[in-house]
Amino acid sequence: MRMDRTESFWDKVHLDPLLLAGTLALLVAGLGILHSASGSNDALVLRQGVHMLIGLAVMVTIAQVPPEALSRVAPALYVAGLLLLLLLFVLGTGRGTRRWFDLGIIRFQPSELMKLAVPLICARLFAAGNLPPTLARIGIACMFIALPALLIAKQPDLGTATLIAAAGAISIFLAGLQVRYIFWSVIGGLLSLVPLWGLLHDYQRQRVLTLLDPEKDPLGAGYHIIQSVIAVGSGGLFGKGWLNGTQSRLEFLPERHTDFIFAVICEEFGFVGAMALIAAYLLVVVRGLQIAAGAQDTFGRLLAATLSLTLFVYVFVNTGMVIGQLPVVGVPLPLVSYGGTSLVTLLAAFGILMSVHTHRKRLSF
Amino acid sequence: MPAPLTFRDRYREAAVVKTRIIVAAAAVFLLSLIIVGRLAWLQIGRHDHYTTLSQDNRVKVVPLAPTRGLIYSRDGVLVADNRPAFSLELVPERVPDIDATLAYLRRIIDVTEPDLDRFHRLRKQKRRFENVPLRFNLTEEEVARIAIDRHRLPGVEVVAALSRNYPLGAALAHVIGYVGRIDEADLKRLDPVNYGATTHVGKSSIEQTYESQLHGRIGYEQVEVNSQGRVLRVLDRTPARPGSDLHLTLDVSLQTVADSALAGRRGAVVAIDPTTGGVLALVSAPGYDPNPFVNGISSARYAALRESPDKPLYNRALQALYPPGSTIKPLLALAGLEYGLRRPADRDWCPGYFQIQGQEHKYRCWKKEGHGAVNLKTAIAESCDVYFYELAQDLKIDRMHEFLGRFGFGSRTGIDLPQESAGVNPSRAWKRAARKEPWYPGETLIAGIGQGFNLVTPLQLAQATALIAGRGTAVRPHVVEAIGETAAGGSRPPLAIERRLITLERARDWETIIDAMHEVVQGPRGTARRSAEGAAYAYAGKTGTSQLFGIKQDEEVENEDIEERLRDHGLFVAFAPLDKPRIAVAVVVENGGSGSGSAAPVARRLFDHYLLQTMPAAVPANHDG
Repeated sequence: MRMDRTESFWDKVHLDPLLLAGTLALLVAGLGILHSASGSNDALVLRQGVHMLIGLAVMVTIAQVPPEALSRVAPALYVAGLLLLLLLFVLGTGRGTRRWFDLGIIRFQPSELMKLAVPLICARLFAAGNLPPTLARIGIACMFIALPALLIAKQPDLGTATLIAAAGAISIFLAGLQVRYIFWSVIGGLLSLVPLWGLLHDYQRQRVLTLLDPEKDPLGAGYHIIQSVIAVGSGGLFGKGWLNGTQSRLEFLPERHTDFIFAVICEEFGFVGAMALIAAYLLVVVRGLQIAAGAQDTFGRLLAATLSLTLFVYVFVNTGMVIGQLPVVGVPLPLVSYGGTSLVTLLAAFGILMSVHTHRKRLSF
Repeated sequence: MPAPLTFRDRYREAAVVKTRIIVAAAAVFLLSLIIVGRLAWLQIGRHDHYTTLSQDNRVKVVPLAPTRGLIYSRDGVLVADNRPAFSLELVPERVPDIDATLAYLRRIIDVTEPDLDRFHRLRKQKRRFENVPLRFNLTEEEVARIAIDRHRLPGVEVVAALSRNYPLGAALAHVIGYVGRIDEADLKRLDPVNYGATTHVGKSSIEQTYESQLHGRIGYEQVEVNSQGRVLRVLDRTPARPGSDLHLTLDVSLQTVADSALAGRRGAVVAIDPTTGGVLALVSAPGYDPNPFVNGISSARYAALRESPDKPLYNRALQALYPPGSTIKPLLALAGLEYGLRRPADRDWCPGYFQIQGQEHKYRCWKKEGHGAVNLKTAIAESCDVYFYELAQDLKIDRMHEFLGRFGFGSRTGIDLPQESAGVNPSRAWKRAARKEPWYPGETLIAGIGQGFNLVTPLQLAQATALIAGRGTAVRPHVVEAIGETAAGGSRPPLAIERRLITLERARDWETIIDAMHEVVQGPRGTARRSAEGAAYAYAGKTGTSQLFGIKQDEEVENEDIEERLRDHGLFVAFAPLDKPRIAVAVVVENGGSGSGSAAPVARRLFDHYLLQTMPAAVPANHDG
């Protein structure tokens, strides 16, 4: 580490300008798209604006907390999240889905908390030992990941469960899991798909099958994918223009302001608009990886890299679904889709990245 | 930071994670490429394809039905029009409380249980913003009641749709016909494009023959819809081209006279203008009301019409076949003159019967005691059968067949109405084919008085009469004079121009026959003289009787004693005025007994009405009918 580094303004406020710029750009663009996707529903856009302000406040607050403190609270956070998930299970008996607690003004999803708690607990676990980790440590990590993932999958919220599992897997990979283990786990994973298929709910299976052949069921499960792909394709190079997307404005597009908002962007702003959006995400992801690479300790490095890559996974899963390459799973487009909890979680994760970046010791060896 | 007890190579650990971060970054890059590649393929490579799909999604083409052409009579009466029929419809999403609204509607208008059942059934099938009909055919009063309470009935709409209407009902049913809902059979032959929005099609008579002219051309509206199918706005509109109006040769006032003259009887009247070929009146009695057919007649009512012994749906004027009886005699007399077998003054003796040489069988004259001495004129005027037995024996069946054929017997007139019968003009060849038997001489004699195998339609009789009236010249009978907005501006159907010509060796023979026919009605011993009493104009005619069943030799039967439906049919053909004929008619009164008693008075009423419209000074002395 360089010894002559002086503390800048950004270090003082514990914020990262590049990350902040990318985030703000995505948030502002998101509000504009939401205006169109919601059918000019001002109240909805306003609510999302409030979500953003809350999220930004959370981000700035977390950025002030040094990584060591984050590491210390990680076990408590994880255990609390797990208990809340179990509590949901008890409350959510009977038919239907139970994913959140209704707290009156806001609805709180414990699974969102887990999106942060799992990377935190994994980073702490791996930082406590040597790298690459021992098999025993990897086994413990797998348990830490599998417990919440299974509870969430049982809700059933397969999308979030997969994303949490992915976050954990990324963490294990970054910790330096040997290539041979990676090979065997891929084989094992593929083999476990067979019994897993039997555990899936009918509608979940349907989503996977629909992806393979959407035309087979054009008015049922395939309808979402077909209409979404039409929206994307008809956008062309420059798009139909803001507020002019017929697929979304005329309500052909399902879940326009949430999971399928990327289709609205593609329809109204075309290939160029979609590229700009993806570029903004890549800016944030790459900056996050840069922060990780520059982190001073294993905990910060693993945590920052896991959170950055998880963000990319969200983007990939959501856009892949919209353009008909991945099954329809309920994964929102980060920072753009309407929804308070996931936005706050994401901004909290950016706060963690900033914390890791701005709490480096200037004197180190 | 507390120093770890074990030795940790922090640089190596950092290197491990950093390597993995680089690998992950590469994966991010590759996965991004997949997304970008797929986007480029969809948005640039397949852009046109998806643009089309997106357009198909939002733009729906709604066909617009053309308005059916109107039908006017010669005297300017609208005989087929399109009237707004009002129906009551509810738009569920705009009705705050459906049950309360239905209850309220039931208080102010008549809503039956089946109406409600249908409403609830349709409501389940439709979307919330779509109209659901509750009642059809609202009366003016009901429409007014709903209008008054309109503010209390949000989402309740009175919808007007044009429905075919026949103001004169049964009197013109056999000429105009009716339209009905398009059925399976219609779908097979109709152009699916042009009939895309049409619900009704001509099912009979003029409505059927002139379907293509009356229908018009379909129009289209391009509308933008959302995913639920709700129409948001009209993007483009190609209006439908309405069907052409038809102008008939038919005179409604004359038709009405003919219809009332046949009231309560079975029979047919066909009146033709011999100079134009235009049908002035065409009645088949009894008629039927065509209006219930338009929107679906109930099966009970239809069964009643079908099974009625009076056959009201049967168009007697052009479908029914009757033996022409004595109405054929002027034509055969003309054939006798034409072939040089008779001269007008040639005398014959009628003893009341005729015998073929070497045969016992007596062919009886209708006048048992005989007519005594007859010539051509008195034979026609008094309808002497013996004169015509002998004439037929001289003419022989081949020449009779040929000559009658020239007047249109045995073939369709080609009138612009469907389902016309051809009739039978018997010949040796016909009998061989139809009966597999040779022709017997006795059958020639029977044919000579228009009985036996001869079968004609009233229309054929009217056509032959028009040919006599026109001294061999006539236009094919037709009902439609012009197609287009006005009678003067419209185009004429080809049928209305096509001429028919019969040239005789001696043109004066026409006058001989016409003179004899004049004697029938206005001569001192003419069979129809009573019906012509007091006529203000000179006219010509011929009575006839169709025998329904054979009367045995020497058996005397009075028609009054026979049960009504077994009586002979009365026939009468006539034209007027004598010198410049303007109207030729054929009248058949089923089971009317004699032609002179039942059919001739009908013709007189028609003539009086038609001719005296333009000669108001002369009033007929009396009516015989």
